[in-house]
Amino acid sequence: MKRIIVIAGHYGSGKTELAVSLAMQLSAEKDRLFPRLAVVDLDIANPYFRSRERMQLLREHSVSLYADAFDSTGTTAELPALTAALRAPLEDEGCRTIVDLGGNDAGARVLKQFSKYFQGDGHELWAVVNFRRYETLTVENARAHVEAIQRELDMPVTGLVNNTHLLRETAPEILREGWEKAKALSEQMKIPLLFTCYPAGLVSPEQLAGIAPLMPLGLYMRPAYLDK
Amino acid sequence: MTTDKVLMKGNEAFAEAAIRGGARLYFGYPITPQSEVPEYMSRELPKVGGCFIQAESELGAINMAYGAGAAGGSVFISSSSPGIALMQEGMSFLCSAEVPLLAMNVSRGGPGIGGIQPGQADYYQVTRGGGNGDYHIPVFAPASIQEAVDLLYEGTELAQTWRNPIMVFTDGMVGQMMEPVKLPDYKPVLKPSEIAAARNWACTGYTDRGGDKERRVVKSLRMQPEKLEEHVEKLFEKYARAEKELARWESENLKGAEVVFVSFGTTARICREAIEILASRGVKAGLIRPISLWPFPNKAFDEIDFGTTKAVISAELSMGQMITDVQLALNGRLPVFLAHRTGGMVPTSPEVAARAQAVLEGLK
Repeated sequence: MKRIIVIAGHYGSGKTELAVSLAMQLSAEKDRLFPRLAVVDLDIANPYFRSRERMQLLREHSVSLYADAFDSTGTTAELPALTAALRAPLEDEGCRTIVDLGGNDAGARVLKQFSKYFQGDGHELWAVVNFRRYETLTVENARAHVEAIQRELDMPVTGLVNNTHLLRETAPEILREGWEKAKALSEQMKIPLLFTCYPAGLVSPEQLAGIAPLMPLGLYMRPAYLDK
Repeated sequence: MTTDKVLMKGNEAFAEAAIRGGARLYFGYPITPQSEVPEYMSRELPKVGGCFIQAESELGAINMAYGAGAAGGSVFISSSSPGIALMQEGMSFLCSAEVPLLAMNVSRGGPGIGGIQPGQADYYQVTRGGGNGDYHIPVFAPASIQEAVDLLYEGTELAQTWRNPIMVFTDGMVGQMMEPVKLPDYKPVLKPSEIAAARNWACTGYTDRGGDKERRVVKSLRMQPEKLEEHVEKLFEKYARAEKELARWESENLKGAEVVFVSFGTTARICREAIEILASRGVKAGLIRPISLWPFPNKAFDEIDFGTTKAVISAELSMGQMITDVQLALNGRLPVFLAHRTGGMVPTSPEVAARAQAVLEGLK
């Protein structure tokens, strides 16, 4: 895994859940390749459910979080004013950095002003796909979204992440269905399928025999009362 | 065809449900937290032969809805709190002129520009209305994306049946969150040439009406007091029927409950979690969830177990607005208390449970 991981994808594909889960997992690693760890929240398209809402949790786990210009008081601001400080983790060779983009090509656009950090090969661009989202039910539609993101950023997507799910209604067969489509998408686009996410606690790895590699996700972003 | 369960963001699902329910015209102006609705409509309506127009403001949008509705179009509009406030004058005009409209308020914190996090402080706005004169708008408050989808799907037909605006009132949390939903099949829609016959009051011009030369007038101006009174009396016969036919609610755990929550939308889901917390502490709590806010489901309150229930708590994302209707429905039968947060803050279920315990303790 390269130093900078940029996470893009369709609205609601699960980018933020993946970014927060990945940061939490990396923060627990003992032998770190990079001593520092940061999440850069570049979602200026959406005012709700952004990684900055989990700022406290991330900071408790020594993950630095960079978002808008208003720091913690800005969690509900929808001003597209980014803090200049977020260039720090992009420049810091000792900092593993996860960049959480907004949804779709429109939400990814904001990355372009930081393109100088993505000229070399020190980064990866992941596209998250959920084949149970209404607008990406088919390989063809998912492909159109991934292509739109590549066009917008003028950067190749280096890896696909299968995050097919229905929140708490996610069942192993739903994941398997999504995995089949993700493999087809990967083959068509000649982009490697990096891993398949599954909601830890709802589905166990044993139920997903044959699907590899797997990545457990927490449901950090969803308040419990929403499942009542 | 009805879809399999798919994951959708509230706002996208609302827009898709309105289209599947037959809405073909949308006029709007973006405002958080519902801007995905106009975004979706601008992209999807033209694909089904519909029309999207971004108005210059919410005042423009509601008056476009008035005109298009008067011509027999199936119109859907949406906005959020301050935007709905701007539409109030138009709502009164539509009610007076008996023009159908499906409207949605994805509400946020107020007053004023307020904030962009969820709120329910538009309760008075949507149930009482800020427009002038004697009128009512049926208001439905879904607690899940699926329920919102079902109500919006039904909404276009309901608005036509009652020849009145129908409002779906939800909050920013439901608009912004994701949930698995089943989308119902597309309803058949009238061809423009069929509107004149099917909606025999609509101002379609003479073109599609064969030999029929009767003038059709859609208006809200009535200069003779006798005529205006007669018209309002007629409207209120309709509203009286609506009060009987449109009251909807859901009740849970009322039998043997010591305390009953009354709440709608997002807050009802928090109350459900609070009820579980209270049960684990040996306190039996129930829930009345009004689905229609106007007409308010007064009958639901007759189902309370008056032998065991000591208090009723109106749980709201406001300083207490629905509580007035709860008090009217109970008519002094039980003391009514408030559990609330406002300004875009959402109470946690332990907070709501603690409030219920404090209320019961205070009554001892």
